[in-house]
Amino acid sequence: MRKIIEVEARLFVRDRLNSVFALVFPAVLLLGLGAVPALRTPDPQFGGLRFIDSYLSSIVVFTLVFIGLQRLPTVVATYREKGVLRRLSTTPMHPARLLIGQLVVNFGAAILSVLLTIVVAYVVFGVDLPHHPLGLACAVVLGGAGTFALGLVIAALAPTARAAGGWATVVFMLLMFFGGVYLPRFMLPSVIQTIGSYSPPGVEALQQAWLGTAPDWRHLAVMGLVSLVAGAVAARTFRWD
Amino acid sequence: MFDDLLFVLHDRGGMAIVEVRELGKRYGPRVAVDSVSFEVAEGEIFGILGPNGAGKTTTVECVAGLRKPDRGSVSVLGRAPGDVRSAIGVQLQASELPERIRVGEALSLFSSFYPSPADWSSRLGLSGHLKAEFGQLSGGLKQRLSIALALIGSPRVAILDELTTGLDPQARRDTWSVIEEVRSAGVTILLVTHFMEEAERLCDRVAVFRDGRIAALDTPSGLVSRVDGATRVRFVPSASLDVALLQALPEVTEVSSVGSQLVVSGSENLLHAVTSLLARKQIVARQLRVDQVSLDDAYVELTGGSRAEDH
Repeated sequence: MRKIIEVEARLFVRDRLNSVFALVFPAVLLLGLGAVPALRTPDPQFGGLRFIDSYLSSIVVFTLVFIGLQRLPTVVATYREKGVLRRLSTTPMHPARLLIGQLVVNFGAAILSVLLTIVVAYVVFGVDLPHHPLGLACAVVLGGAGTFALGLVIAALAPTARAAGGWATVVFMLLMFFGGVYLPRFMLPSVIQTIGSYSPPGVEALQQAWLGTAPDWRHLAVMGLVSLVAGAVAARTFRWD
Repeated sequence: MFDDLLFVLHDRGGMAIVEVRELGKRYGPRVAVDSVSFEVAEGEIFGILGPNGAGKTTTVECVAGLRKPDRGSVSVLGRAPGDVRSAIGVQLQASELPERIRVGEALSLFSSFYPSPADWSSRLGLSGHLKAEFGQLSGGLKQRLSIALALIGSPRVAILDELTTGLDPQARRDTWSVIEEVRSAGVTILLVTHFMEEAERLCDRVAVFRDGRIAALDTPSGLVSRVDGATRVRFVPSASLDVALLQALPEVTEVSSVGSQLVVSGSENLLHAVTSLLARKQIVARQLRVDQVSLDDAYVELTGGSRAEDH
């Protein structure tokens, strides 16, 4: 199993475009936005915060949906389409191990990326360290799990790797919209904001854990529920060849 | 432990290491394999020939434990294939690796799956390509890597599905010598192939598949001798010869004439019988040519000709 994770990690890093986007882009985005003076000046419009403070959770949303929906489903569906999973099922190693390896590596990358964002925010812009670290950890883990599970459902149901990429991109765009990545959340109507709180990876819980007091347990519970349901659907419907 | 191992002595003396009995498999309404039975003796190279869609791949996939038979049974080393995965090495048709995995990484990854891995990479000429990524390998190198991965677990049985398809003639010959080397290491081989030359060169016995059944199972030369008129002698007699005399020979099945040329078909000893007759009659055979039916012809007859129905 360690060998699988090691090889998957090498493949992740070797896939330059994706690994740069997943690991470094969120922090670079934060640096870019923070370079604009107006965006690092507190404003009542941002609830008395600076724009970059209010946008932090959306950056984390980007990280999680990018890895969970742009990378994961395509890689998994390609593994099936190219017969990689079939090839493994002739060995004593069950091909599910390869998928576990994928999840471990992608989750690890997501956590690294979030940590990098926290460090850049703290060091460069003096953003508070997360107020509720445990809450943030829960929000990242559960929100990530929900998003990854949706990615796996797509990988399970899509007939081809191309289709998986297409379907996943649609969901990716939608979740970025609800998560306030395109338009900051304060500009979105309250209905959309509410949807964003409950759609993976749960932007509201991330924001509350980082700069508020604590995440709303209902938001976290919904993420857990999405992970369980989508995870079960993916496991039920997954084809190995 | 040993009493649940089923030892079956094969008629050629070796132990049957693979046993397929009355195997049946259908995909929806389409019958892919219908009542196929055969045994493979330890150390044998067993060829599986047949046109596309004849059920070759489905059969070996059942032997590899990749598919569950609908009917019949498959055992490898006396066990269900799924229980002896580490004893079976498989090279699959149309099965790839991740694009960016390096040859060396693939080898070390796969060797981590087995208790006693074997390294065939240098014998397969892969040593110089360990850093190359799978997606950039030529067809021949991909194939060689695929063989190396099939053999990496030191299998007792190797299943090689169309291993030389897509290789150039030189690479094909190189692969054949690797297969011979693998066999001399004691590995039993199931070889699915399209190439008669390959079957003739490598296989001890060959099963010819047709429409999901085995149309014939024999040694390559045995298959050839099944074909009526396997030998054909053509010549122009120096003096006129009574065709009835030729037809009277027990070795002759058919005589026809093309212009002044006589074409005599018959069994293996045909040439001797015909030349003896000519000698007795003091006739010289000019422009004498002898054609032997090849495995190719036997194959076409067994899989395509109407006569195949009788077998």
